[in-house]
Amino acid sequence: MTIAPNNLVYDRPEAFTDMPTHYCPGCTHGVAHRLIAEVLDEMKVIDRTIGVAPVGCSVFAYNYFDTDFVEAPHGRAPAMATGIKRVLPDRIVFTYQGDGDLASIGMGEIVHAAARGENLTVIFINNANYGMTGGQMAPTTLPGMKTTSSPDGRDVETQGYPIRMAEMLSTLEGVGYCVRRSLHDPKNIRLAKKAIRTAFETQWRGLGFSMVELLSTCPTNWGMTPVNSLKFVEEHMVPAYPLGDYKITDPIKQIKV
Amino acid sequence: MAARGWIEVSDAYCKGCELCISACPQEVMELDMTRLTPKGYHPAHTFKEGCTGCAICALVCPDAAITVYREMTKVAAEAVV
Amino acid sequence: MSRELWKGNEAIAEAAVRAGLEAYFGYPITPQTEILEYLSRRMPKLGRAFLQAESELGAINMVYGAACTGARVMSSSSSPGVSLMMEGLSYIAGTEVPAVLVNVMRGGPGLGNIAPAQGDYNQAVHGGGHGDYPRIVLAPASVQEAIDLMALSFDLAEKYRMITMLILDGSVGQMMEPAEMPEMRSPNRKKFDWATDGALNRDRRVLSSIYLDPLAEEQTNFRLMQRWKEVMANEVRYKEYFLEDAEIVIVGFGTAGRVSLSAVRAARERGIKVGLLRPVTVSPFPYEVLDRLTGQARTFLVVEMNTGQMLEDVRLAVRGRVPVAFYGRTGGVVPFPDEILDEIQRINTEPVSAEADPRQSWLDRMTAIKA
Repeated sequence: MTIAPNNLVYDRPEAFTDMPTHYCPGCTHGVAHRLIAEVLDEMKVIDRTIGVAPVGCSVFAYNYFDTDFVEAPHGRAPAMATGIKRVLPDRIVFTYQGDGDLASIGMGEIVHAAARGENLTVIFINNANYGMTGGQMAPTTLPGMKTTSSPDGRDVETQGYPIRMAEMLSTLEGVGYCVRRSLHDPKNIRLAKKAIRTAFETQWRGLGFSMVELLSTCPTNWGMTPVNSLKFVEEHMVPAYPLGDYKITDPIKQIKV
Repeated sequence: MAARGWIEVSDAYCKGCELCISACPQEVMELDMTRLTPKGYHPAHTFKEGCTGCAICALVCPDAAITVYREMTKVAAEAVV
Repeated sequence: MSRELWKGNEAIAEAAVRAGLEAYFGYPITPQTEILEYLSRRMPKLGRAFLQAESELGAINMVYGAACTGARVMSSSSSPGVSLMMEGLSYIAGTEVPAVLVNVMRGGPGLGNIAPAQGDYNQAVHGGGHGDYPRIVLAPASVQEAIDLMALSFDLAEKYRMITMLILDGSVGQMMEPAEMPEMRSPNRKKFDWATDGALNRDRRVLSSIYLDPLAEEQTNFRLMQRWKEVMANEVRYKEYFLEDAEIVIVGFGTAGRVSLSAVRAARERGIKVGLLRPVTVSPFPYEVLDRLTGQARTFLVVEMNTGQMLEDVRLAVRGRVPVAFYGRTGGVVPFPDEILDEIQRINTEPVSAEADPRQSWLDRMTAIKA
């Protein structure tokens, strides 16, 4: 049977380059990337988007999106993005950051970009450890969770408690849209995509700072299969980082995606 | 009657992570243990009839390795013409 | 344009605006906060980007982002804040985008004080951020010179895709002098073929300082060095005063050079054959003219507001052919002309030893006076 256009249900997004990713098999960085690419396709903004890559596993994000991209020092992506957006206000500028980049070294930059209400979109990948450097403790590591720098499990007495970024940033008035979703099953992936779309629409309409925190897996450093990693997110991360909408201002509530 | 679909899994991108296999509601996917992709992974494929073209495999795929097709129903085909 | 009284910091800010500054990102720190405050009033009125960042760290990264789009962008800070910017400068250099940074230097190290100093010469000229990268460093000695060098900073940065730093001490930033502003140049963002400003009607671009393959990184380093060769060949700038028949040559940049000029004039009135070489670019350093002066001088006297940083570059140029003496005030102390006149008279009568370490001799004299 010849394939007509109507037969096609899903194809690789246009906003993706041809390069296969370097991420570990089953790592949900790939899912997050794909959802962003699909959103950029649907909004038809590929040629006016500038991405800011972090330091972390996704340091090479600039290889995968067919848009202009810059590479930020560790944690500084929101500041670099601010610099770009302030001189090119009509472009779509987004950062893509992991736990260390956003919640540790970059804490100052993200809080202030959010407080200033910069019209930026931040995609925050929370997988409870520092992936690229081999699985060290992150600000998002769960109490008791073993990492290479908390080998006996995170001890809250000496190593403190995890930080809930979506909740924290939602207290800032400059924030328009701040939600947490997960990538651990099809239903949640669909909700995550809607959230990413809403976040980019927030920027497109100049409605303030937008962030989508995505609970993600790290099969390699968690020492689990990709499929079991999804279960870990469902059973351990979702209870610690509840999914939900932490801030949606009224104008953004009107956006239908 | 259930829709009939089929998929193509690209050897260039598939890393044999098995997320699609686990997610497929029709349970028609498995790793092809008889061959390897150029990167050395066993790619996923459908191993029996039953694919409905629901695209849940493509939804969960971290590598955008899957293209999903669905046969049109007779009604839909006539609507196009 | 007529001459008006301008405060150094504000003059620098206005001169940048007239040179087509499109974006300023900064943070308050004495003694340069007037630059931030002046631009906070001026830039929004012109519809240009202004933002007080959360820290110098934020500021330099905002500069980095804007620089990647090809915009004329600058930041300003003072010594401790510039230290915070070093990571950003290395990235900017590695990505080969143009940016301008003004450092109004103060006493240090550490928190130090807010008085004028030149203690960041090494940081600006030789060190700073990690890795091998060249940078252009200009050192004005007056409000007018700072104004004149501002437009040049942007032009050089863009021409060579390099960082240009303007270093001055707190006194130039704070003093008021009559000066003339240039005409307003409207920002005319050029279309650079490397800028990431959204891939409309063109292939996408990536700007990064990552070169995972060491051989590729080495090529990048070579490229930076080749470009630096061009800078060295074309962009050296300095001022010469009373050097035609000078036997004693003073070398000083910025305020140290300016104060030395008063001492040189006083010494000439006393019949001492002394002159002043004042580098305007401390990077690229005026090695050639110093090399030439080695032929005529019997001694050099380096005057700085630090413990001897440019001293080493002078010694490198002189290569031991002629003795080099040193006089410095540091920690925020500004030398007076009579101190330098005393030095000139001293070395005019007692020859400077070629073997003695100039810094140690100076230190001994300075600490002996205290005792």
